[in-house]
Amino acid sequence: MTHPLVLPTALQLQLNELIIGLFLLTGFGMTVARQIQATLFGFIAQSLLLAASAFVLGVHPVSPHLLALAAVTLVSKPILIPFVLQRLVPREVYSKRELTQRVSITTSLMIALALAVAAYFFALPLLRSGAPLVSVGNVAIGFAGLFVGLYQVAARNEAVAQLLGILAMENGAFLAAIAIAPDFPLIAELAIAFDVPLLALIVGLLTRALHEYVGSTDVGTLVSLREDAGH
Amino acid sequence: MLKALLANALQIAFVVALAPLYAGFLAWLKERFQSKRGPSVLQPYRDLRKFLSKDEIISEQATWIFRFAPWIAFATPIAVTMLIPVLTDFPLFFAFMGDMLAGGFILGLGGFFGVLAAVDSANPYGAMGASRTRMVSFLAEPVFIIVFFTVAFVADSTIPYIVQQHWVHPFSAFFSPSHVLAVVAFIMLILAEGGRLPVDNPTGHFELAMIDESKALEYSGRGFALAKWGGWMRFLVLCIILANVLFAPWGLSSDVSFVGLASAVAAIAVKLGLLITLIGVIECSVAKLRLFRITEFLAAAFAIAVVAMITRAFSL
Repeated sequence: MTHPLVLPTALQLQLNELIIGLFLLTGFGMTVARQIQATLFGFIAQSLLLAASAFVLGVHPVSPHLLALAAVTLVSKPILIPFVLQRLVPREVYSKRELTQRVSITTSLMIALALAVAAYFFALPLLRSGAPLVSVGNVAIGFAGLFVGLYQVAARNEAVAQLLGILAMENGAFLAAIAIAPDFPLIAELAIAFDVPLLALIVGLLTRALHEYVGSTDVGTLVSLREDAGH
Repeated sequence: MLKALLANALQIAFVVALAPLYAGFLAWLKERFQSKRGPSVLQPYRDLRKFLSKDEIISEQATWIFRFAPWIAFATPIAVTMLIPVLTDFPLFFAFMGDMLAGGFILGLGGFFGVLAAVDSANPYGAMGASRTRMVSFLAEPVFIIVFFTVAFVADSTIPYIVQQHWVHPFSAFFSPSHVLAVVAFIMLILAEGGRLPVDNPTGHFELAMIDESKALEYSGRGFALAKWGGWMRFLVLCIILANVLFAPWGLSSDVSFVGLASAVAAIAVKLGLLITLIGVIECSVAKLRLFRITEFLAAAFAIAVVAMITRAFSL
C-alpha cells in the first residue's frame, strides 16, 4: 500500500522529540524509584507521553490510526491499569519503600543509561533499511524504553514494580511502532488495549494472593522451596 | 574600542557589586516563603563591611596557601565574567580567550584552592568539608562535561556568546529536548555546586553536617570577607550562565549605549529574579539529602544530561 508521503511539520517533530526525550526519562525514573507509588506515577506519566507522541504525529498528515492509538492508550494505560492495580493490590504495598535493591540506585541508573545508548545500535539496522519512518527518534527511543523496561523487570524485587517494567517494555514497543507502522491496524490496537489491563488484572490478582500467603509482595526473596503446606 | 572596554568594566562591576545583593535577596525570599520576616536584602553588604573592618587572625602554622586562597576565590569569578555574556550579546575583548570549559576550569581552580586552604588550616572540620566538597565536585564534573558536550553538539561551539546566539534565532530550537533537558541538568548542577539545599544546607550551623561552609571556618576578617564575596559571585556567575546562555537568551544589549545597557540590566534582573524564585521554592520544598544519596541526585542529573544528548543524536 502506498500512501502519499506528507511529512509532519518541523514544529511537530520538535515537540515530538521533546516528548520522547521525557518518555525515556520517565523510564529511568520508574527503574530507580524507591516507592511503588512513585513507580506507578512514572508509568502513568510515560503512558501519557506515549499518547501525546501518537497524537502529535497523527495530527498533521491526519492519521486516524495514530489518533485512535492515542485515544486507546489514553483510556487503557494511564486510567484503567492504575485503577485495576489500586483496587487489587493492598494499599500498604504502594507506600512501602523497597529498601533492598539488587543493584544500587546509582549503578542501576548507569546500567539503564548504557542500555539506552546500546538500544540505538540495535535500532540502527532498522533505521538504515530505508523504510519510510515518520520519526527516526521514536524508533531509537522506543527500543531504549524496551531495554530499560526489561532491566527494570530484572532489577526490581517487588512484584508490582516488575509488572510495571513489563508494561514499560510494552510502551517502548508502541513508541517504536508509531514510527514504523503509522497505519497499524485498529484491531491490533484494540486487542492490545484489552490485553494489557488483563495482564495487569492477572498479575494484580497473583500479587494479592502472594500478599495473603506470604505477607509481602517482595518476589525477590522467594528463592527457595518450602516443604510444609502451612495453609 | 573605548566603549567596548567600558562595557567590559560594567559587566565586571555588575557581578562584583550585585553578587551580595543576589545572595541577600535569596536569603530574604526563603525566609518569606517560610512565613518569617527575613533579614534585609542588604544584610550581606553589612556583613562584608563588618568583616573588612575586623582584624584577621591567621594560624602560625598556616602556609601561604591559606592567605592566598581567598584572593583566588575572589578573582576567579571575575575572570569568568569576562568570558560570558552578562549585559551585551556581542563578544567583548576576552570572549575568545576561553570557552565554557575554560570557565569551568577557572571556577574549579577557585574551588581547588579553597579545598587546599581548608586542609592547610588543620581544622578537622575543614579537612572533612574539603573531602566532601571534592566528592560533590567530582560527581558533578561528568554532568558538566555532558551538558557542555550537548551544547557544543547543538550549537557547534563552546564559546558562550555564540551558543547564546544559537538559541535566540530559530524560536523552535528553544523547545528542542536537548535544550530543555540540558537546562534542567544545569539547574541541578547549580544547586550542587552552589551548595544549595538538596545537597547542602547553606544556612546550617552544625559543623558535622556542613559541606561547603566548613572550608571557611578558620577564616576571619578580610580573608573571610573575600572568601564569602567570592562564593556569592561564583553563584551569581553560574546563574548568569544559565539565564543568559542557556535558559533565556533574550534581552541583551546589542550596542554600547545607555538605553541598551540599562534595558539589559533590567532584563537580567527579571531573569535572575525568576531563577532565584525557582531556587527559593526548590530550597523550601525539599529536605537535605543524606551524604551518600548525593550520588543519586547527581546521577539523576547525569541521566538527564545524557538523555539530552542522545535524543539529539538519535533524531538526526
